[in-house]
Amino acid sequence: MTATIEKGINALKRQVDSSVAAFFSSCVHCGLCAEACLFYTETGDPERTPINKTEPLRRIWKSEYTLMGRVGKMFGLTKKVDDAMLAEWQELVYDSCTLCGRCSMVCPVGNDIALMIRKTREGMAAAGQAPEGLIAATGRSVTIGSPMGVKWPALRAQIRHVEEDTGLKIPVDVPDVDYMLLLSSMEIMNFPEFIEAVAKIFDKAGVTWTISSEAFEATNSGIQIGVSDIAAELVQRIVDVADKLRVKTVISPECGHAYMAIRWDGPNLVGKPFNFKVRHILEVLDDLRQQGHLKLTGKDSQKLTYHDPCQISRRGGVIDEPRNLINMFADNFVEMPDGGKMNWCCGAGGGVSANERADEIRIKVFERKKAQLDEVKPDGIISACSNCRIHLEDGLEEYNMDIPLFSLTETIAEHLADD
Amino acid sequence: MTEIELLSWARGPGLQIATIVFVAGVVIRILEILLLGRKANLAEAKGSEMSNGLRTIVTRTIPDKTTFKRSSVTIVSGYVFHIAMFIPLFFFAPHILFFKDVIGVSWPSLPGAVVDAFAVISIIAMIAVLINRLTNRVMRYLTNFEDLLVWLLTFLPLITGYFAFHRIGLTAPSLLAIHLLSVEVLLIVFPFTKLMHTFTLFLARWYNGAISGYRGVAS
Repeated sequence: MTATIEKGINALKRQVDSSVAAFFSSCVHCGLCAEACLFYTETGDPERTPINKTEPLRRIWKSEYTLMGRVGKMFGLTKKVDDAMLAEWQELVYDSCTLCGRCSMVCPVGNDIALMIRKTREGMAAAGQAPEGLIAATGRSVTIGSPMGVKWPALRAQIRHVEEDTGLKIPVDVPDVDYMLLLSSMEIMNFPEFIEAVAKIFDKAGVTWTISSEAFEATNSGIQIGVSDIAAELVQRIVDVADKLRVKTVISPECGHAYMAIRWDGPNLVGKPFNFKVRHILEVLDDLRQQGHLKLTGKDSQKLTYHDPCQISRRGGVIDEPRNLINMFADNFVEMPDGGKMNWCCGAGGGVSANERADEIRIKVFERKKAQLDEVKPDGIISACSNCRIHLEDGLEEYNMDIPLFSLTETIAEHLADD
Repeated sequence: MTEIELLSWARGPGLQIATIVFVAGVVIRILEILLLGRKANLAEAKGSEMSNGLRTIVTRTIPDKTTFKRSSVTIVSGYVFHIAMFIPLFFFAPHILFFKDVIGVSWPSLPGAVVDAFAVISIIAMIAVLINRLTNRVMRYLTNFEDLLVWLLTFLPLITGYFAFHRIGLTAPSLLAIHLLSVEVLLIVFPFTKLMHTFTLFLARWYNGAISGYRGVAS
């Protein structure tokens, strides 16, 4: 499928609905969204103001879906969307936005600006104006099944290691179980401890679960680059397997965009409700806690803080669960300023980390996270997104900050009571 | 045309034309938005769209602490200008008589001195809003011709109303005619500019709250 400006414009047209029209009709150019965006606060570049990133979509809305715009178009007065314009906006729409949604929380007229930028990406991608790194990752997702090119044999090898280390059997392709666990490539390659942690916790809790050899990849490059067709195809692979195995619940791992993709976008992408539930691993663990199936031992007296991954907290609704879980083992838990639904993004989500061109700005905007951490001065940071984790590690190293990072699921597993 | 003729045109046909354009324009713009429709969400809900949408309509009026700290000039000047402007608009006795004529409902007025004070405050606040717009780095970048036009057309009824109230410079009928004409121009451009936020912000806030609320987040 070749990308053309016509396809881009048509894709933008398809993104306009009553919410988008209400949003654009309401913007008064007050600029408050800039101060909510780490790509503005850490660079001071006004063109990185969130609402400015939606300009391609705004032009299409204005010229196609408003009375004045249509009249203006007849007289050639509307601003055009063309290749040159989109090329200019690429760096704003992809490199300077993690879709973290903080802007959407502060806009006084209520515009969901992150949603508008997400929709703008649909037009950019269809017009061939997406960053190369993301195009390549998306291509690997479609052909190989994983944005990092991870195939089943790699996961099978990791599973064997975990089985040897723990003496536990990792169920593969087992039907009629409670849970089917998805993984991100990042976890398979860099953090196989996550698989080990889940295996230990589920063993103690006595739940039935499985990993599928056909559909194990949770991340979805389609929603990051903004190609709904591909995003839907990737979701459909999971749906087919979950239906085939008749699982009750599909678990999204510690990855923000994976959760957004399968939990909130998934059914809308494939066009019908799922026959199974989708839960984030933290929601599953918190359920087990409430049912008394998660018993921990020992308290950690270090000063610990929690980094809310944007797509899991602010955009995903999993905010109380991690705090309930942390309080099971932490004696000295401290919130970051703005922690919870207003937390600042790490700077690498939304495809930014897959886009090499954005490496420099990604590290630059980490200064916002650094400022938050400097106020708390924690002994350790807990989070629940492997993409945040990789980038936090990068950022901490870059700024010479010696703070250990922990995955919440893995930390829970370490505190499991023996009996 | 004498000043009396001008005044009666402004009070009669002028006002009628402006009101018709305003009402028809606002209705068309709102229908234009709503008729686009929106797909139903097929994901399993974690919260209610309706109640969270309604909640955000109210809660989005108050900025969060960090936003207030980072944008206090914009927020304070915006608040003062909006509130101070509504006092003369809705609580000046002659305005209430006018609304009674048009919509048949009336309410108590505030004393002239109070109304005058708020008019002065809103004029000062509007000047502050303009200075902020031209000096704040982000706002200056975002500002286009429409922003400046809308500022001017909002400022004119305020300043001409102030002049008419104090009979400054011209005779009473001329001042009143100018004031009315400035209001009519504002009404006519209203539906086709960002002034529409007066109405559409309720829709936008509802959608924002509904989208977040569905996922279990109070926005």
